[in-house]
Order: sequence, then C-alpha cells, then structure tokens
Amino acid sequence: MIYAKDINERTPWQELTPGGEIYEPGTARLFNTGTWRTNTPVFHEAACKHCMLCVPFCPDNAIPVQDGKRLDFDFMHCKGCGICENVCPFQAITMVSGGAPNE
Amino acid sequence: MATNGMVEIRWHGRGGQGAKSACLLLADVAGLGGKFVQGFPEYGPERMGAPITAYNRISEKRCTIHSNIYYPDYVIVVDESLLDGIDVTGGLKEGGAIIINTPSSPQEMRPRLRGWTGKVCTIDARRISEEILGKNLPNTPMLAAAIKVSGVLDAERFLVDIEESFKHKFADKPEVIEGNMVTLRKSMAEVQVG
Amino acid sequence: MSDRLSGNEAVAYALKQINPDVMGAFPITPSTEIPEYFAQYVADGEVNTEYVTVESEHSSMSVCIAAQAAGARAVCATSSAGLALMYELLYIAASCRLPVTLACVNRALSGPININNDHSDSMGARDTGWIQIYAENNQEAYDNFLMAMPIGETPSVRLPVMTCMDGFITSHAVENIELLETEVVRKFIGEYNPENYLLKKENPLAVGPYDVSPYYMEHKVLEAEAMKAAKARILEVATEFEKISGRRYGLFEEYRMEDAELALVLIGSTAGTAKAAVDKLREDGVKAGLIKIRVFRPFPGEELARALANTKAVAVMDKSEGFSANGGPLFAETRSALYDLKERPYLIDIVYGLGGRDVKTEDIEKVFGRLANIAATGEIGPVYTHMGQRSKEENA
Repeated sequence: MIYAKDINERTPWQELTPGGEIYEPGTARLFNTGTWRTNTPVFHEAACKHCMLCVPFCPDNAIPVQDGKRLDFDFMHCKGCGICENVCPFQAITMVSGGAPNE
Repeated sequence: MATNGMVEIRWHGRGGQGAKSACLLLADVAGLGGKFVQGFPEYGPERMGAPITAYNRISEKRCTIHSNIYYPDYVIVVDESLLDGIDVTGGLKEGGAIIINTPSSPQEMRPRLRGWTGKVCTIDARRISEEILGKNLPNTPMLAAAIKVSGVLDAERFLVDIEESFKHKFADKPEVIEGNMVTLRKSMAEVQVG
Repeated sequence: MSDRLSGNEAVAYALKQINPDVMGAFPITPSTEIPEYFAQYVADGEVNTEYVTVESEHSSMSVCIAAQAAGARAVCATSSAGLALMYELLYIAASCRLPVTLACVNRALSGPININNDHSDSMGARDTGWIQIYAENNQEAYDNFLMAMPIGETPSVRLPVMTCMDGFITSHAVENIELLETEVVRKFIGEYNPENYLLKKENPLAVGPYDVSPYYMEHKVLEAEAMKAAKARILEVATEFEKISGRRYGLFEEYRMEDAELALVLIGSTAGTAKAAVDKLREDGVKAGLIKIRVFRPFPGEELARALANTKAVAVMDKSEGFSANGGPLFAETRSALYDLKERPYLIDIVYGLGGRDVKTEDIEKVFGRLANIAATGEIGPVYTHMGQRSKEENA
C-alpha cells in the first residue's frame, strides 16, 4: 500500500496510486500550511476564560484543546486569518504582523 | 424455396398490426426447429398505422448478412391498403409469392400488383382472427399462411414448435394458446393460392 | 444452450447471469430494452441487483461511479445522446480507475435527430479512457459483455469497459445464439474483490481527489499504462472464455486474410455483410479479405499493421464522420498504424452507413472493385470519400 505521507512532488508515476486514491484519513495533517501565514495570532493565556468560542471558528482546526482548556496555536496549520481574534470576547488573542510565531 | 438454401421474407404492415411480432415469432419458431434465423424490423419513428417493414432470413447455416432484404422470396402484406402506396412486389423473386390479407381472391388482387406475374396468395386474416380470437389480430393467420405457402418449415413441425413457443410466451395466460393454435390451423387450410 | 434472442435480450440475459450489485438505469432508444428486460428480472427476484432509476444519463453513470467506488459491481446501458450526456462522467470513471461496465447500443448522435445506427456516439467517447469492444452480432454482444468484467476489474487494468453493438441491426434483430449456463458464467466472472473501496471499514479511502499539476501528468501516465496493459489482458480473458464457450476472440478478426491482396478494415454488423461479399469475390478468384476490429480501445495498431502488411490496397470503412476533413476515426488509427511498415498498401477511407443508411453486399463488392482498380493502376484517387449518399455525381 502506498501512503500519502510517502508521496511528494518528486515521486515517479510508478509509485503513485491509481486514480490518485488516498488510502488513509486525515492527510491534511501532513500538509504544512503554516508557511502561508503573513499575520500571526498571539495567545494571551492570562486573559483567556477558555470559553472555547475561538475553537469552532478556526477554519484550520489549529487551536488544540486538552482537558477542557485551549492550548497555544498549532502553528504548522494556522494560516493567520485572524478570525479567532475577531470572535474572542476577552481580547485574549491579538494579531501581529509577520509569519513567525511569537515566542 | 430460394437458391442457396436461404429463404428471405419481407413483411409489410402498419404499426400496431403485429407484423414485427409475427416476424420475430417466425424467427423464434424456425430457430426452435433447428434452422438458422434472422428476424428484424426496419425501425423509424413508428406510430400506430404508419407503414412498417420487417424481415426474415431462414437457412441451414448462419447468415452473416445484416442488410435489409431487397430481393425477397416471399412478401407478406398484413394490410391490403398498403398496396396502393407501397411497391410491395419490388424485388420479389420470380419463383416467389406474395401473400395478402384480404377477403378478395388471388384473381381479384392480381390487377393491383403492378404487373407481378408470379404466385399470388390471399387469406382473410381479419375474418379468421375475429371469428376465433374475437379481435382483429391478422398477424397469426398471416404467419400460418406464409408457412403453408413457402414450405420453409414443415407445417406439422411448425405447429408443434409454435405451441411450445406460445407456452413460453403466454405462460401467464395459457387460455390464449388454444385460440391461436385453432387460428393457425384454420389459416393454413383457408389460404388461397392463385 | 441454444436460443434465439435479439442483441438487447442477449445483453439483458448476460446481466441476469452476472447478477451485478448495482444498475444505474435510464432509457434511451435503442438501448431501452436492456434496463427494461432487466427490470423484469429484478421484479421477479431473479437477481438481487440494486436497480437505481434516475433522471438522466449523467446520473445513471454517476450512480455507477459511486457504487463502483463503494466496492460494488455497477452496470449501465445507453445510446447516442445518452452517452453524450455521460461525457464528463466517462472521464471520471476511467480516471478514478473504476471498472464500470456499460452496454453501448450504437446510435447516431444528433443531428438532425435520428434513432438509427452508426458509431458516432461511441467514437466520440473513444478518448475518454474506456476500453471499447465492438460486436458484429447478438452472439458477440453477449460474449463481449461477459468478458468485460474480467478485463476491466483486473488490478493491472482497472478501467471501465464499454461493449458496443449496432443499434437495431443487432440490438433488435432476433438471431440464433448459444448461451452459457449461469453457473459457468458466474464462475467465469467471479466475485468482485477490489483491494480498496469506500465501504472497506479497515481502511478509509478518498476517491477522486483534486489533482494538482505536480501529480496530474503522472496519474495520466498511470492510466495510459493501464490501457496498454489491457491489451494482453483482453487476449488472456479471450483464451479463458474460449475454454468455456468454444468461441475464439482476438483484438480483431481476420477473415480470409491469409493471401488477401484487397482488404477492408471495419467495425460491427457490416463486417458480417462484408464477409458474404468476400466469399462471393473469392469464388470469382478475387483475393479479398477483411479485418473486423473488435477492440478499438486499446487500439491494436502493431497487430493491425502486421495483418495488413502484405495487402496491396485497403479500404477503411468508418461508420462515423469525424469531421476532421481528413477521414474518420478508424481511418486515422489505421493509417497511423501502417506508418511504420516499410512497404505500405494503398489506403482509402470510406465513410458509410450514417444514421442507419443500409449497406448491402453489392455496396461492399463495389468497394472491392475500387480497391482492385487502385491496386492495378496505382492511381489512388480521392482518399476520403462517402458511400451510399444520393449525389449528382456518380460515386463508389
């Protein structure tokens, strides 16, 4: 079986799947869309009430949640769209210019 | 019988009279009797009453020709009124015959056949079917007349085989089989050859 | 088992014997009888096929694609404008590598609107990635349909198969036919066991994903390689089929070609009529023969070139007008195939039989007359002509 993780733009035709079939779920996880980011959200943990409003609004599923609390952004997949900043009632998220995650 | 052992038959009828069904039935029965057969209608935007043509080839070996039939051995006219508009004897082979559904005699019909000098056969298929089947279903009498006149199939064998075919075809309504068999026998007896 | 069936009855009966999982059903003349007869089998409980009635051919093929992707064996029948309405889906079935089986009952594709036979419908679909196998008569229509699944479903092939027969001429003509026993058919066809399919819970599958440029070319090469691989598989299946039926099939049929100097290349029911003409000419001492193309996709180019290598003059007979202004599709393929021969026969194209225009043995004899003249004089005359149309000028 040929898996999507083993296929890239240098794979010869003999090693691709017929019809471009993909044999495993969740292959978007393999795709680093974080490099597309030109603005970056900053998570202010102290201001966050963990209301979870930002989580379903995120189009890229880039806000991880663990034990009822949201964690910092998944910067491999966050495209920096800023929707989370807009929906946050507590100013716990602010956007800064540039693609690099704010340490 | 025609040359090289193949008999070619052309049917002329009108949409709804059953010429196509009779043609396909003849192919089925002749095939059941061990012959190689073709039965095919010429298709167009068919509707009730429009002239239609259907064809049979019957032979001892498989015929690969898939054209229409231009030089038939026998012509069967299921509706007398077609004689006025269609050249039904066109291409009909000299030793062949035309079989017409009409209450008239062969002698009365001949003048309407554009100089055809060969055999003319008539049968009152309408009357026979109305008497026995209670409906104007001329195709069964015409089929019987064709068998009788052409001799392409042995008449007794034909009757046995067609009964078999009817049993298959009318499995849901066996009551129609007997009427059809009586119609066939009566038609074979009544066809006039002139 | 000897019987007398029309081409449509024969294919419907083959379908009954196969008992496919799903049929996408939508009627169009002259293929309507296939889903019609099959519906009776479904209603009578003789098959357990999911019979899906839809509102168009676009949908009937969509049903087949979805069902096949889900892991089912899916079948369909259509003609003419119906095939045209499937056009996009034909590409999808092939490129998704879903071995759907389609009975195409060939009918002229408008216009002017016409219900009779020519090959313009399936020839228009010749480059969609479907395997195309053509029948001369009801027997071949039945046999080809039975061979379709073992060909298309082979893992090295995985392509949809279109079996074609001439509308009315074959589909509605009752002729003798030899049928196989149903158990024999089922054993021959076997179960459909794709390695991966949508309903396989062990491994979720995505079918038909968007393909970006860095991958598309490679996927098309894969598809092209599958079509190449199909040729050997078609012959393998034919050999297996001969064992159960006694009937032999190749990529094409050579009729009296051993020493033929004048030959025809043609497709479908006309081949039968032409065989009678060849027989007659042979009696008169003319070295006539013909090649009936059975498999048009994949096209047997090298094999055809070999078969025609020793002929002097060849007429390709196209039952569709490609409007290339340079001859019909069969001519294009044949002429291309002959290019690599060191010595090539003279080659002409005759477009004939459009929209049900009848072809007689006499017409075929005239074509051979023209070939004899070309072979004798070396004067080829017009390469691309039509036959059977009324014209002010005399024509071949």
